[in-house]
Amino acid sequence: MQPALAKLEVKNLTCVRGVRVLFRDVHFSIAAGRALVVEGANGAGKTSLLRILGGFLAPAAGEILLSTSNTVLTDAEERGQHVGWLGHQDGLKPQLTAKENLSFAAQLYGRRADVAPLLDWAGIARAADFPTHYLSAGQKKRLALARLKASGRALWLLDEPFAALDVAGKHLVEQMLAEHCASGGIAIIATHEALALNAEKLTVGAAP
Amino acid sequence: MSALFVRDIRLAFRAGGGAMLALAFFACVTALVPLGVGSDLKLLARIAGGVLWVAAVLATLLSLDRLFQSDFEDGALDLIALSPHALEVVAATKIAAHWLTTGLPLTLASPLFGILFGLPLPVCGALFLSLLIGTPAISAIGAVGAGLTLSIRRGGLILPLIVLPLLAPAVIFGSGVVLAALDGMPNGAMGLLGAFSLLAVFLAPFAAAAGVRLNLAG
Repeated sequence: MQPALAKLEVKNLTCVRGVRVLFRDVHFSIAAGRALVVEGANGAGKTSLLRILGGFLAPAAGEILLSTSNTVLTDAEERGQHVGWLGHQDGLKPQLTAKENLSFAAQLYGRRADVAPLLDWAGIARAADFPTHYLSAGQKKRLALARLKASGRALWLLDEPFAALDVAGKHLVEQMLAEHCASGGIAIIATHEALALNAEKLTVGAAP
Repeated sequence: MSALFVRDIRLAFRAGGGAMLALAFFACVTALVPLGVGSDLKLLARIAGGVLWVAAVLATLLSLDRLFQSDFEDGALDLIALSPHALEVVAATKIAAHWLTTGLPLTLASPLFGILFGLPLPVCGALFLSLLIGTPAISAIGAVGAGLTLSIRRGGLILPLIVLPLLAPAVIFGSGVVLAALDGMPNGAMGLLGAFSLLAVFLAPFAAAAGVRLNLAG
């Protein structure tokens, strides 16, 4: 059982990719139970910000502090142990069935292996035994959302979670985010879409 | 980690997985050699160790570039990297699954190809043993190359250039084992092959994980 999160604090974060400064001196603090929507034009650095928060990328400057109920984590790998990730790519294996993909992720994260309720929640129970190759883009996104839910992590990082989803799918994401925040989690969402969710906003843009 | 191990084995045996591709490639290469060299059984037996070892290395290389790359391309590697398991353990697990689906089938089939090359049965046993001991090193060293070339476009072409020189000792010692058995003169090649393989299997997960980490940050 992971300790509960208290807050995520980002101070003077700067991201440089190649010779280009994507953003400079980004700072925010978000408490447990809250969501943050990251906005910005294409190429502004939304995905890079999420990858830095997830511990994949090292920032050029600045620090990230993740406070739990009993400690403050500054190390990227330690922070990564609290991160639930939904990236641009779905991370699903086309040769495996929806059930196998989800079971694999749940087991990898040390969670329960009974994935039927999650598939049901995502509205893809009927496609549970189909190879993911045959699923539509929207169904794959729903499967990836179920996987995020199965991760059991408290700090969710979502990159364009609404891509390929229909209206019902969008509501599912909003409901899922609201439930996650209500249970004390933190959600950071990079999106261009308006969100029916009580969330703070951060705009990243071209650095001066 | 058993989940990753089972998943990788499943993927290798499903459509496009390539587990049987390595064995088919191995069979094709070894079948072509007698056509080119001729049917002199003495000559074939003499070169069998070298030919079968080179064929095993090349066949294993076929599927190595996909060891991390497919997970990297579809985003699964991000999820694996965020799991509670160290990337070194992830690399070791993937190496084990790769060997089980590529190196082991080649090893099991090798006595048959040894017979085709005119090797006496006890020498076929030595060939089998040398591949059993040595093929884990091919998967392990290959994983280092796969980790390093992860984000390089057409990295599969660069991979053999990195990996093949590092595998030279395995080919030398492996074919040496077969020659020693053929001549009935023990030459210590089996011990050297075992030491090389152990060292590779022990060190490679660390190097492969470092390569993966570097590419994930790219």
